[in-house]
Amino acid sequence: MLILVKFAKDKPAVLGAAIVLAVVAMAILAPLIAPYPGDVAASHLLQRLKPPSPEHPFGTDNLGRDILSRVILGARGALMIALLVVGISMAIGVPLGLIAGYQQGWLSQTIMRVTDIFLAVPQLILALALAQLMGPSLESAMLALTLTYWPFFTRIVYAETRRLAAALFIDALQCIGAGASRILFLHILPNAISPIIVRATIGMGFTILVAAVLGFLGMGATPPDPDWGLAIAESRQYLPEAWWFSTFPGLAIFLTVLGFNLLGDGLRDIVDPRLRRSR
Amino acid sequence: MSERPTILEARDLVVSLGGRRRSLFRPARAPVRAVAGVSLALRQGETLGLVGESGCGKTTLGRTLLGIQREAAGEIRLDGAVVSGLAPALARARRRAIQYVHQDAAAALDPWWSIGRLIEEGLIVAGVRPAGLRRAKVGAMLEAVGLEAAFHARYVHELSGGQLRRVALARILLLEPRIVILDEPTSGLDLSVQATVLRLIAELRARLGLSYLLISHDLSVVERMCERIAIMYLGRIVETGPTRAIFASPRHPYTQALLAAAPRLARVVRPTGLILAGEPPSPRALPSGCAFRTRCPNAAPACAATLPPLEAASHQHWVACLKWREIPERPRPPLVTGAESA
Amino acid sequence: MTADPLLEVKNLRLSVRTDEGVAQILDHVELTVARGQILGVVGESGCGKSTLARAVLGIFPKAARIESGEIRFEGQDLLALSDADMTRLVRGRRIGFIPQDPYLALNPVFKIGAQLLAAMRWHAAQPTSEAARRAELVALLRRVQLPEPEAVLERYPHQFSGGQRQRLLIAGALAARPALLIADEPTTALDVTTQLEILKLLQALTQEFGVSMVFVTHDFGVVAELCDVTTVMYAGQTVETGPTGAVLAAPRHPYTQALIACHPDRAAALIGIPGQVPSPLAPPPGCRFAPRCPTAADVCRRRRSRLVADAPAHGVNCRLADERLAARQAGVGA
Repeated sequence: MLILVKFAKDKPAVLGAAIVLAVVAMAILAPLIAPYPGDVAASHLLQRLKPPSPEHPFGTDNLGRDILSRVILGARGALMIALLVVGISMAIGVPLGLIAGYQQGWLSQTIMRVTDIFLAVPQLILALALAQLMGPSLESAMLALTLTYWPFFTRIVYAETRRLAAALFIDALQCIGAGASRILFLHILPNAISPIIVRATIGMGFTILVAAVLGFLGMGATPPDPDWGLAIAESRQYLPEAWWFSTFPGLAIFLTVLGFNLLGDGLRDIVDPRLRRSR
Repeated sequence: MSERPTILEARDLVVSLGGRRRSLFRPARAPVRAVAGVSLALRQGETLGLVGESGCGKTTLGRTLLGIQREAAGEIRLDGAVVSGLAPALARARRRAIQYVHQDAAAALDPWWSIGRLIEEGLIVAGVRPAGLRRAKVGAMLEAVGLEAAFHARYVHELSGGQLRRVALARILLLEPRIVILDEPTSGLDLSVQATVLRLIAELRARLGLSYLLISHDLSVVERMCERIAIMYLGRIVETGPTRAIFASPRHPYTQALLAAAPRLARVVRPTGLILAGEPPSPRALPSGCAFRTRCPNAAPACAATLPPLEAASHQHWVACLKWREIPERPRPPLVTGAESA
Repeated sequence: MTADPLLEVKNLRLSVRTDEGVAQILDHVELTVARGQILGVVGESGCGKSTLARAVLGIFPKAARIESGEIRFEGQDLLALSDADMTRLVRGRRIGFIPQDPYLALNPVFKIGAQLLAAMRWHAAQPTSEAARRAELVALLRRVQLPEPEAVLERYPHQFSGGQRQRLLIAGALAARPALLIADEPTTALDVTTQLEILKLLQALTQEFGVSMVFVTHDFGVVAELCDVTTVMYAGQTVETGPTGAVLAAPRHPYTQALIACHPDRAAALIGIPGQVPSPLAPPPGCRFAPRCPTAADVCRRRRSRLVADAPAHGVNCRLADERLAARQAGVGA
């Protein structure tokens, strides 16, 4: 298909896709490919803080757990947060953006002002507040991230909807009697997909990063979760000698976020109706 | 010979565009009268041409008759019943017998969906139920407009201008209208393709018993397709009547200039006074009385004082000019035939 | 006419690399403009006329390749010049350009005076003072029939109508006193009455300033009104060229004949040309009109595209012209 051919020519995008696929595979197959799957909870104090070696390619942490296994197992939590946060943000933000962009009256204004209010809330502060209220956990982190991410979707969908609502083909649809919901969901939404997809993929990377920060601050995942951010937090006391403790989880975060960003850029370029072909 | 019945009628139609009430952030803006008092009648089975240059209000008039644009004043009657005075959505529902083909055929189609799906959409909206029935109708209509069945799966960007016009026609004809408003059906089309599209339009009229309002700035199209024409200038009709009569003996100075300005296949000898000077005035600041007087070679002081009404120049031939009796007859300038040397 | 032509395009072949393959946009194109002449280049969409006009200016589409040919202007092959030299010496200075869309050609955030004077400064042959340039520009604006030229200099593009903007561009193009003007459908976006005014204006100005012009259009009527000589193009090939009156009244190439027959001035009935213009990605071999031509023969698919002098100053790219010429020569020889 023309879309795949075009995508294959974009080297950074292919790299991004490869990284993302690897991370997803890692997450799905985690218990099968981690060399020491039991190291989610177990501790082997005799093995603590061993440098990288053939039995432990990424070394061991302060409780003697294999870091490679914990990095692989941590992918699950990272991806799950990212998928849930981005997914729910889209489910809230996209319809609101469509409605606000299509109507022009008080409803539209109200939605956009509420969006502005939520945009003004700093993510980390809200996460801290919720962690206080609900007790620090992955759930409170996800709630904070979702509440502060949906407005981004609303904003871009609003802009795209306003632009498309003025398009001639929308006028033609109104002339033949199509109703507002048909126009919004079958005609405006598909043509607005491009920025939504880009935002979603970048959002995945961004969420993983912020979740790692929250884990680092102790406001998200709690021990003994193999969370990447949490691992970096735990590693602080043992630097700089046990450099492998923070380096590998950090690399995992870096590569995953990079992968999603490159993929997002590549997707933006290929989501173009002109690439839809009959042959 | 019995007169054909009038199926669509407009009386003293006024349409204002672009007005804005004063808000907290923006000053008020006076609206522009795109259509400033137009009356016309479309008869069963005929093609009425609406001619004029950019800014004359012909597209606005077409969209108002369709219902998607609300009129500011005046009456519209469909089969004798009043259908004006409604908001766009209601107006469209009431005037389902009228459909519209946009000027820019490519831009009027959603690039996301396949051609077949786009054509089918009208039927889905109208509630035609079994998908099989819809598919059959779409197939039949594709054939009727001269497109192969394979076009069902193609996309908008893969089609040429002529093909897109056919798709647009197919889509609205499936809704079984009785009146079709064609907005510049040949704009952007190559000469060799224009004729085929026009021929299709003429055939469909005969086959489906349609009546057309054909909007165009191209006089040759209008001459070949329309029984009657109305010429618009700055929101008003300045001359109307049977096509042949108007081409043979145009009475309004604007019509004469328009006919003279059209490019012809050989050098044209144009009497002076038929090449208009200056620009048309802005619709925001219409001259008093006759709007054409600022460019008219025959303008007199009376033209500034009175708005000329439509008067009968001959049977069915109406002119809105105070001095039409004095203006010499100026039929279309003859062609200087024969090969000319460089 | 023995003087050297001002512009001569010979055997130009231009291809463009696209996602779907190589598109042969121009195939053995030939064009000649004499001094003081207005040449019309006519053709339907996709025939390559705009590409040709821009090629003369050295503006090529992305991923374009000149496969062969030359563009001789004032005796010099423009294709041999570097882009820097073209910009400095030729484009805008010796060859002016009037684009199709006056709305897009002027920068909306600068005043008219600023834009046009900057261009004049850039192209000035000798050093001149700003005041002298200003006076010259005002005179030019008056010459293109723009009222209150001094005030025009202080206004912005959006304050003018389409016809007025086109006049501004014409004034701008003439300001550098070029020898040749390339006009790419400058009246297509204008109303019929405005178009007539602009055509009359161009006619007068080209005579007054001694400028030759290449006028690209799809409208035969415009060509009839303005152009001394006409070249007809089809699918990237030049199919016929000759004095406008002759080409329109008695065309000799089957495509020209078919196309003019479609014109409302010739045909009361609605006729078109059956078939479709071939895609430049897969052009037919030899004559590209052969698949749609009523008189096509086998030799047409092998014949290399070239204009043959079928009558004095009248070139036709067709095997029929070959045969007529051969017959005449045989008759002369015998």
